[in-house]
Amino acid sequence: MSQFRVAGKGRVDTGRPVTFTFDGKSYKGVQGDTVASALLANGVHLMGRSFKYHRPRGAVAAGSEEPNALVGTRRGKGRFEPNTRATVQEIWQGLETTSQNKYPSLKWDIGAVNDAAYMLFSAGFYYKTFMWPKNFWHKVYEPFIRAAAGLGVSPTEEDPDHYASRYLHCDVLIVGAGPSGLAAARAAAVDGLKVVLVDENPEAGGTLLSEPQAQIDGKPAWDWLAAEVEALKGLGVRIMTRTTAIGYYHQNMIGMVEKLTDHLPELPADTPRERMWRVRAGQVVLAQGALEKPLVFHGNDRPGVMLAGSAQTYLNRYGVLVGKKPVVLTAHDSAWYAAFDLADAGARVQAIVDTRDTVREDLLAAAQDRGIKVKLAHTATGTTGRLRVNSLRVNPVKGGTVGDGYTIACDAVLMSGGWTPSLHLFSHTKGSLTWDDDLTTFLPKDTPEDCVIAGASRGLWGIEAVLNDGAEKGREVAAALGKAPATMAYAVEADRPGTGTTHKELPTDRSPGKAKAFVDYQNDVTAKDLRLAVREGMRSIEHVKRYTTNGMATDQGKMSNINGLNIAADALGKKQPQVGLTTFRPPYTPTSFGAFAGYHRGEHFEVTRKTQIDGWAEENGAVFEPVGQWRRAWYFPKAGEDMDAAVRRECVATRKSLGIFDASTLGKIEVKGPDAVEFMNRMYTNPWTKLAPGRCRYGLLCGDDGFIRDDGVIGRLSDDCFHVTTTTGGAARVLNMMEDYLQTEWPDLNVWLTSTTEQWSTVALNGPNAAKLLGGLVEGVELTDETFPHMSCVECTVAGMPARLFRISFTGEIGFEVNVPAPMGRKLWETLWEAGQQYGICAYGTETMHVLRAEKGYIIVGQDTDGTVTPYDAGMGWAVGKNKPDFVGMRGLARPDLVAPGRKQLVGLLTDDQSRLEEGAQIVFDPNQPVPMKMVGHVTSSYHSDAVGRPIALALVEGGHDKMGETVHIPMPDRTIAAKITSTIFVDPENARLKI
Amino acid sequence: MLLIHCPYCEETLPEAEFTYAGQAHVIRPENPSGQTDDQWEEFLFIRANPKGPHYERWRHFHGCGRFFNAVRDTVSDKFLTTYKAGAPRPDLSSLTEGLK
Repeated sequence: MSQFRVAGKGRVDTGRPVTFTFDGKSYKGVQGDTVASALLANGVHLMGRSFKYHRPRGAVAAGSEEPNALVGTRRGKGRFEPNTRATVQEIWQGLETTSQNKYPSLKWDIGAVNDAAYMLFSAGFYYKTFMWPKNFWHKVYEPFIRAAAGLGVSPTEEDPDHYASRYLHCDVLIVGAGPSGLAAARAAAVDGLKVVLVDENPEAGGTLLSEPQAQIDGKPAWDWLAAEVEALKGLGVRIMTRTTAIGYYHQNMIGMVEKLTDHLPELPADTPRERMWRVRAGQVVLAQGALEKPLVFHGNDRPGVMLAGSAQTYLNRYGVLVGKKPVVLTAHDSAWYAAFDLADAGARVQAIVDTRDTVREDLLAAAQDRGIKVKLAHTATGTTGRLRVNSLRVNPVKGGTVGDGYTIACDAVLMSGGWTPSLHLFSHTKGSLTWDDDLTTFLPKDTPEDCVIAGASRGLWGIEAVLNDGAEKGREVAAALGKAPATMAYAVEADRPGTGTTHKELPTDRSPGKAKAFVDYQNDVTAKDLRLAVREGMRSIEHVKRYTTNGMATDQGKMSNINGLNIAADALGKKQPQVGLTTFRPPYTPTSFGAFAGYHRGEHFEVTRKTQIDGWAEENGAVFEPVGQWRRAWYFPKAGEDMDAAVRRECVATRKSLGIFDASTLGKIEVKGPDAVEFMNRMYTNPWTKLAPGRCRYGLLCGDDGFIRDDGVIGRLSDDCFHVTTTTGGAARVLNMMEDYLQTEWPDLNVWLTSTTEQWSTVALNGPNAAKLLGGLVEGVELTDETFPHMSCVECTVAGMPARLFRISFTGEIGFEVNVPAPMGRKLWETLWEAGQQYGICAYGTETMHVLRAEKGYIIVGQDTDGTVTPYDAGMGWAVGKNKPDFVGMRGLARPDLVAPGRKQLVGLLTDDQSRLEEGAQIVFDPNQPVPMKMVGHVTSSYHSDAVGRPIALALVEGGHDKMGETVHIPMPDRTIAAKITSTIFVDPENARLKI
Repeated sequence: MLLIHCPYCEETLPEAEFTYAGQAHVIRPENPSGQTDDQWEEFLFIRANPKGPHYERWRHFHGCGRFFNAVRDTVSDKFLTTYKAGAPRPDLSSLTEGLK
C-alpha cells in the first residue's frame, strides 16, 4: 500500500490497484481514486505550476472548485484534454496525465523567473507594463505574453469522440445529492412526482462521504446513505451521477452535462463521451452545498497548503493522509474536526492555530485528549519549503498587534477561512442576494424562477440542520405541485456543528507590499493586487475584478470571490454589499465544446439540402457550393479544367447550342384563392390584374421602405392561382413576409400561401436548340413563338411526366423551366440529357448561370442589390406599377431620400485595359484626389465574358444612369483601373435571341 | 429557453418553435400614399425600447405558422400574456397586478 494510504479508511477499493502515469512516471492508486487522491497517497503534492508566476502548486481542494491541480489527460490519438481537474478525474489503468505551465520540468521551471519579477506583474500589468514603446506591443510583448500565458495546451487533433444531446422533463429537479438534496428528494418523491437528483460526483452523498462518523436516525452515515439511495430508487427517483448542472436558464430549464466515459479504462462501443441534458423542471431545489474559503496569508499557495475540509475528504473518502505532520490553521470550527480525524488516523497534528480568541470548550477538550497543541488568537505570516511546505510561521495577535513570529515544522498546512454558500445556479436565475453580516457572506433571497434553495447553500451548517431543511424544501416544492407530502424529521448524532469568523487577508508583521498572499490561485492574484487596484481608482468589484483578473479564471472565483470582496471592501472602507458581488455565469464548471456542439459537427453541423438531381451532378464531377442551406452544382469541370475554363466552356456551349441547369432550389410559393390577384397586386411592385392565365411576368418584391427584397418570375396558372418563384436563399423570408402581411394587415383577403419549393424538381433548358429538344418531348402544347411565346406557362406533360412548363430565360437564350413532381426530377434530367446529346447538351452550374445572366444585365438580389437599392436604382422602374393604389414599398419609394438625385444606380462597367475587376472593389470619380478618396460606389458583379469577348462588370455608381460613357476609376493596391460606364445589358439588347 | 404560449394552438411550447417579429400594434396605414413623410418615417422606423413590459409580435413558425402578439417584460424576460393578432391591446395594469 502507498505510503500515505490509511488502512480501513475511505470508500476506495484497495483490493483493486490501478496504475497510471503523471509526467511520464508511473504511480499506483486504487479503484475509486482521483488523480489527486492517488498522487497524494504517493506523497506527491506538487501537481502544477501557476498561470502567471509559475509558482509550484498542489491540490488545494478535493472537488470541482480546485484552482491549482490542473492536468492534461491523454487516451490515445485525439483524446487529449487540457486543464482537467486532478481532483475530479478518476484514474483508470493506463491513464496518462501531465502537469501544465512548466518548462522544462515541473520541478525546475524557467518561467518561474516571473515569480522573481513579481513587482512587474502586479494588478493591471497588462495595461501598464506593456504600454511603451508603442511599437513593442506587436513585435515583442504580445508574442511573449502569448507564449507565456494560457492554461495547458490546446488539443491539435480532431476529437474522435462523439457527444449526445437529450431533453428531460421532470416535476422536481434537485441539484446536489448531499444530505439536503437527498432529504429533499425523499420528501418530494410522493404521489407519482417525477423527481431527478443530480450530482457531479461519481456517487451520491456529498458531505456524508467525508463525515462517516455521523449517525443518522441511529444508523452510521454510510449505511444510512446506501439505504437511502436504494429507497429513493425504489420511489422512482432518478439519480444521475457524474452529471453537472452547468447553468440555470429561463423558466426552469437547466443544462446538465453527464460524463459517461472519462472514468472508464475501456471505451465502450457506441457510447458518447458526454451527454448534454436540457432539463425542464416544474420545480427546482438547489442543494449545492458550500465551498470552503482559503485563508489569505504570505505563502498560502505552497504545495501542501490545502483546505482543511478537503484534507478531511481525502482521508475519509479516499483513505489518504495528506500529511503525517500537518498543522491546522483556521478561523472556523470545522477545521478542528479535520484535525481530529487526521490525528485519529495516525497523523501527528503539530498544532491547531486558530485566529479566534475563544473557541468552544468541547473542541479544546477534544484537542487536549489527542495531545494537540492549540494556539488561539494567532495569525499566520509565512510558509517555507521550495516544492512542498515544511514550516508555517505563526504570530500571536494581541489587541490588533501582531507579536513575534515563530515557525512550526510541518508537511501540510490545513487551512479554513470558513465556508461560502454555493450560489452559482441561484445567481443564474437572476436571484437576488442579501448580505449576512454574521456569516460575512451573501445569502439567497428572491428568485423569479420556481426554485428553492436548501441546506448549506443557504447558509445552514451541520448535517441535521441541512437534512431537515432539505426535507422541508422537498415538501415545499411537492406542495407547490399540488401534493401533500408527510413531514419528516431527522436526528443526527456525532454531528459537527460549527461557526467561524471571516477575515480579509490575515494580519502580518511583514511589509504588506512584499507579501505574496494569494486570493485567486488560478490567476495568481494577491491581496496586494486588490488593494493596489483600489488605490488606483477602481471602485466597483466589477472593475477590481477586471483590473486584477480576480475570479476570472476557469474556476470562476469559487474560492476567491468572497475573500476578494472582503479585501476590496476593506480597502474602500465600505460594506461588502456596497461594493457588490460579481455575477456568476454559466457554466458552473468548464464544459467541453463537444458537449455544447452535441450532434452538430462535421456533416451534421447544419442541414445540407440536396435536390433530386444532386446525385447526377456528383456522379458527373460537379464542384458544389453552398447556397442558403442548399448544396448546388457550381460548375462541371472536365479533366484538366480549372474553374475558369469549365465556366467558359459551359457558357459558350449554352449560347451556341444547349445548356441544362438544375434550378430546383429556386423558391416556389403557390398563391391561391379568390383574392390571389389582389394579394399579388399589393405585395409585388408589378401590376397583375391584366396578366392572363398562361402568362408569366418578372416580379419585384420591395419592403415598405421601398428597397428591393426579392425577385422572380411569376406565372399565372389560372385566375386564382399564381406560381411564384423566389431567389434560392430568399424563399423562407419571402413566404414569411407574405404571411405577415396576409395574416396581420390584410386578414380580409381570401388567399392561401403554400411553400412548394420541395414539391417540384426544376430543370432549366437554355440555348438556341432548347425548343427543338423539348418540342419532341412535350404533350399538350406546341413550342412555337405563336402558340407558346416567351413568358408563357402551361400545365402539360413532358416526357410522360406531369409538368408545369415555363418559357422564361435567365440567360437571354431561348429558355424553358420544366417543373415536374420532385421525385421525377432525375428521370426528367436524364431523359433530357439523353435526348440532348444530338445538340451537344452541356450541364452547367451556378457560376455559368451567373455569367450568362450578367451578360444580360439580370440582377441577383443580394449581390447586385444590398438592401438599399430601389427598383429605380436597379434600372427596373418598368417593373413598378405606377397606377396601382398601393403596394408594399409604394409609399417608401416616395421617401425624400429615395427620390433625391445622386443615388447609387446599377450600371455596366467595361475596363479600359480589358482587365477583370474585383467584386466589391470601390469606385471613385477622380483618381488623383487625396486619400481618403470619396467613394462613389462599388463593383457588384464581375466575370469574363466570351460572348462579349472581354470582362464585364456590374456596379452601383452614384448617379450612374446619367453618366453613360463616362470614365470612373477603381483604385487597387497596385494600380488604378479605369472603366467606362455602360448599359447593364452586354448581349443582345434587342432580345432577338429569345425568338424560336 | 423560454416557454411561449401560442394563443392559436393553445399550447405552451419551447421558444425554438417561434420567431420574433418586432413590436406589436404598429398598424400599416389604410392609405400609405396619404401619409406625410414624418408619418411614414414613424411607421417604418420608430420603435419603443421599454425597460419593462413590451408589446411585441411572435410567429409560431415551426408550428401553426400564425403571427400573434405578446406582452413580455424586458427585464425579467417573462411573458405576461400572449393574444391573437387583431385582438385589442391588453390593459397593462391588469397584467402586472397578476404578477405580484
